Amino acid sequence: MESAGKKRIYQFIFVGPAVLFFTLILVIPFFMSIYYSFTEWNGVSTTVTWIGTDNYKKIFFHDPDYYKAFVFTFRYAIVGVLLTNLVGFLLALLLTQALKLKNLLRTIFFMPNVIGGLLLGFIWSFIFVKGFASVGELTGLAFFNLPWLGDAPTAFWGIVIVTVWKGAGYVMVIYIAGLSNVPKDMIEAARIDGATKLQMLYKITIPLIMPSITVCLFLTLSWGFKVFDLIVSLTKGGPFNSTESVSLNIYQEAFRNNALGLGSAKAVIFFLIVALITVIQVTITKKREVES
Amino acid sequence: METSKRYTARLFSLEILGILLAIIFLVPFYFVLTNSFKPFAELLANTTSLPKAFSFHNYTEVWKIMNFPKVFLNSLIITVASNAGLVIISSMAAYRMVRNNTRLNQILFLLFVSAMIIPFESIMIPLVKLAGNIGFLNHIWGVVICYFGFGVSLNLFLYHGFVKSIPVEVEEAAIVDGCSIFGVFWRIVFPLLKPVTVTIILLNSLWIWNDFLLPLLIISGPETRTIPLATYSFFGQYMKQWDLALAALTLGVLPIILFFLGMQKHIIEGITAGSVKG
Repeated sequence: MESAGKKRIYQFIFVGPAVLFFTLILVIPFFMSIYYSFTEWNGVSTTVTWIGTDNYKKIFFHDPDYYKAFVFTFRYAIVGVLLTNLVGFLLALLLTQALKLKNLLRTIFFMPNVIGGLLLGFIWSFIFVKGFASVGELTGLAFFNLPWLGDAPTAFWGIVIVTVWKGAGYVMVIYIAGLSNVPKDMIEAARIDGATKLQMLYKITIPLIMPSITVCLFLTLSWGFKVFDLIVSLTKGGPFNSTESVSLNIYQEAFRNNALGLGSAKAVIFFLIVALITVIQVTITKKREVES
Repeated sequence: METSKRYTARLFSLEILGILLAIIFLVPFYFVLTNSFKPFAELLANTTSLPKAFSFHNYTEVWKIMNFPKVFLNSLIITVASNAGLVIISSMAAYRMVRNNTRLNQILFLLFVSAMIIPFESIMIPLVKLAGNIGFLNHIWGVVICYFGFGVSLNLFLYHGFVKSIPVEVEEAAIVDGCSIFGVFWRIVFPLLKPVTVTIILLNSLWIWNDFLLPLLIISGPETRTIPLATYSFFGQYMKQWDLALAALTLGVLPIILFFLGMQKHIIEGITAGSVKG
């Protein structure tokens, strides 16, 4: 048996370092963030003035840009989630067939995901600006001759295209795992009973892979909400701030405008919304576990 | 059902569909790669054709301007050191928390797990201030310590789940034979954790190698830049110089692509395992 003294030493050596770094890097800044959100502070001067809820009032009543950033982020996240999951699911359906090139195709579909958002964005900004123009000249298709990234709609859809290209392979991997757990005899029985392919998909496959769907939906939703790198390299938030995400707005407020108090208040609001989404996710997942 | 495994016409058409989709997925790589070998004038004239001559001129230029060996080394040091530290601190903590399941450790575990909700953006402002106060700014090890703090929650959570599945009897026998708790952990438990250690290292590596915002805030000098930062500042200076920019992108993307192709089996398994646990 360990003596009480030894227990304390072991606790200190084994758990101590994790707690130390966690506290220093995460816990302290988290509470500082809440504190700064009630202050006015430019980051340079030593005076941090307590101004109560003024920052929050300003955000709610006099900050159309932050509101606009939220609208963009919500719209982008929802469209991105739906399309990424749709494409990823279809790719998974394809790759669970007995294809000869299955493994090679899986590698190719997954590959964009390992590249960071910043470099991906730069790659695609070349494709949109130069590549699409050349393809447009070659084929004459109107789609390629649009002013890509040059106006608000094409900038929005450009970002969505890159998002789907990056994320579809990742959710595909999760869907493949889910699909390969669907019992073969169940599908076989339904086939013998004369169910159509579509019926089998809706009545058997989709209900059975619901856990994978939940995981993928919330994973992509959380990516969508935190989008930063991709926007920086594709559009820098433009044209006319039309593609400024919440995280980019917070970054600009804090480190470009040097309004660290106001930026912190925005960051706290951002945290509350992300936390709310996560709590909903956990509740739904837990409920499913009870049912099954 | 042997009959359903036959290679039918339907499967063949699906195979073709898959290949077409794969080509669409690969087209951006084709554009970047082929155009990175072209001189500027040729690139402006036509981006779809193959280069007339494969010249490495763009690459040698970029290699010098970006100081590529240096930034590559910086990225590598940060990724390796962060991984090493994270694996050590989170496996040790998870082990102790499972084996010594006190009220305090239960509360700590809950705190670690709930902190996973906090997005980086919502604490980055005070983090920069704090990093400045304790002298972390513009140091590679400053970035590494930040990754310790941001990665420890998920890593500890994954280890915690795994340690629970290891039977305690072996450890008890070893202690009776006079093995110290450190011996038990490093010689018996840690080797058993290998599958989850591999998953953790791969997930951490993809995240840290590609991360942009944290190094952007902590590092500013050219001596300490990582690959994403160097690419970012390169694009700031050579925005219209697509010939050089594309060579820079290819150089930046190449290491992680090679890493993925070498480790893809483990990476895909890791993602599957991680998602099943939720």
